[in-house]
Amino acid sequence: MSARARRTALAALVALAGLAVAGCGGGDDPAPGGSGDGRVNGTVTVFAAASLTESFTRIGRDFEAAYPGSTVTFNFAGSSALANQINQGAPADVFASAAARNMTTVTEAGDADGTPATFARNQLVIAVPRGNPAGVTGLADLTRPGVKVALCADQVPCGTAARSALDAAGVALTPVTLEQDVKGALAKVKLGEVDASLVYRTDARAATADVTGVEFPESARAVNDYPIVALKDAPNRAGAPAFVAYVRSAPAQAVLAEAGFQGL
Amino acid sequence: MSRVLDAAAPRRRGRVPAALLIPAGMGLLFLVLPLAGLVVRAPWTTLPQRLTEPGALTALRLSVQTATLATVLCLLLGVPLAWLLARVEFPGRRLVRALVTVPLVLPPVVGGVALLLVFGRRGLIGGWLDATFGVTLPFTTAGVVLAESFVAMPFLVIAVEGALRAADHRYEEAAATLGAGRWTTFTHVTLPLVAPGLAAGAVLCWARALGEFGATITFAGNYPGRTQTMPLAVYLALETDLESAIVLSLVLLTVSVGILAALRDRWITGP
Repeated sequence: MSARARRTALAALVALAGLAVAGCGGGDDPAPGGSGDGRVNGTVTVFAAASLTESFTRIGRDFEAAYPGSTVTFNFAGSSALANQINQGAPADVFASAAARNMTTVTEAGDADGTPATFARNQLVIAVPRGNPAGVTGLADLTRPGVKVALCADQVPCGTAARSALDAAGVALTPVTLEQDVKGALAKVKLGEVDASLVYRTDARAATADVTGVEFPESARAVNDYPIVALKDAPNRAGAPAFVAYVRSAPAQAVLAEAGFQGL
Repeated sequence: MSRVLDAAAPRRRGRVPAALLIPAGMGLLFLVLPLAGLVVRAPWTTLPQRLTEPGALTALRLSVQTATLATVLCLLLGVPLAWLLARVEFPGRRLVRALVTVPLVLPPVVGGVALLLVFGRRGLIGGWLDATFGVTLPFTTAGVVLAESFVAMPFLVIAVEGALRAADHRYEEAAATLGAGRWTTFTHVTLPLVAPGLAAGAVLCWARALGEFGATITFAGNYPGRTQTMPLAVYLALETDLESAIVLSLVLLTVSVGILAALRDRWITGP
């Protein structure tokens, strides 16, 4: 099997998987939006970072109301996994990433249509279990002996952000664990196994039943930009740019702000 | 008589029926193809330097150590449990047998959360351990062993119980009539009798512990040199560098297949 044939076969497999995902939400798919008249209808398939799950689900419903005849289906996953799927030919219309790095993966492969635009920013907070048993009020408290801290691993966006914030504050701490994603770090806080963790404000806000978010000034030094772009091979030619524009409009920005994202 | 049987043997074997051969070949391909995929995509030119990265070797050593300790723990606790299930009639035995298999159907991440709820520092037993002895298990190497044992023990118990049920009871009965107590019978008759099944169960248990991911990262976390086993290192490498992840996977596969093949030859007789 030649390298090209292998790649084609792999792309076909990924495309099939993507179709299955797209088919799950939409019921009977209407034909993709007309390419000539620019009218927005049909299914818009959005690949979005997991941290956007709650806010994008709402924005998707609002979009469908604004464009009758359109359906938005989402594939929520880690940004790096989504970028890989897109590069392997998954039939997506829009990609919304939680980190510039994963967006670069897609643009460098030539899969983006135009330049990505930043539509939201996320900042870190110190997540502590309800009642804040260790009395954490700032980054310096995390180095106290006996205070157990969970961080995200350096390889994932929340870990990179945490590293920048700690460096900016000149705080050197030894965590007890380096979690594989932000939800893992948050789970350790929820269960009270650690006294603190650095997570996104949106994640802390989505878990207010078990977790309190403590703001700290150094988080301004590690702001995470969320870029969005329409994809070059988008099956829905009219729907893709329309969704990108909608995410940047005032109503969608209000939904994002409510979830804890920072305004632009 | 024996000559007649010998002569009949080849004819009885005959040709391998296609109805068995074809699905068997497909099954083998299905299992081996993903492995071939890893080999094809492996970055062979940079392999040596990636292999000698200290992080990879540390994770590998920790994986082999914890999987071996977990197997020892499973043998100490699992063999008596298998014996109890196979040899002693007691009310609720079916329920106990079903409970033993719970870790098999439980998603490992859920198993990890369940372990935290019991052995975590706010857990039922963990809180007491912490307050009384100052011992905390999450985020320690001991925690990794515990998480791996939880997931792997059912494999050992099921294999050993199966071997015990298949073993001939009469040897144990003979030992008893000759005056041996139940403990002596167990150590001198039962264990040697089921040794091959025991070895197979231990190997299966070790292999499952070596590949454990979900319960480990949930209960013991991920910290290089302390709780970061090979599967955890592979998962994190996937975030940034697919080729590193492939190399780490191949190392794990080579080491585990090598050890399993070596043990199989030594312990388990037969072709």
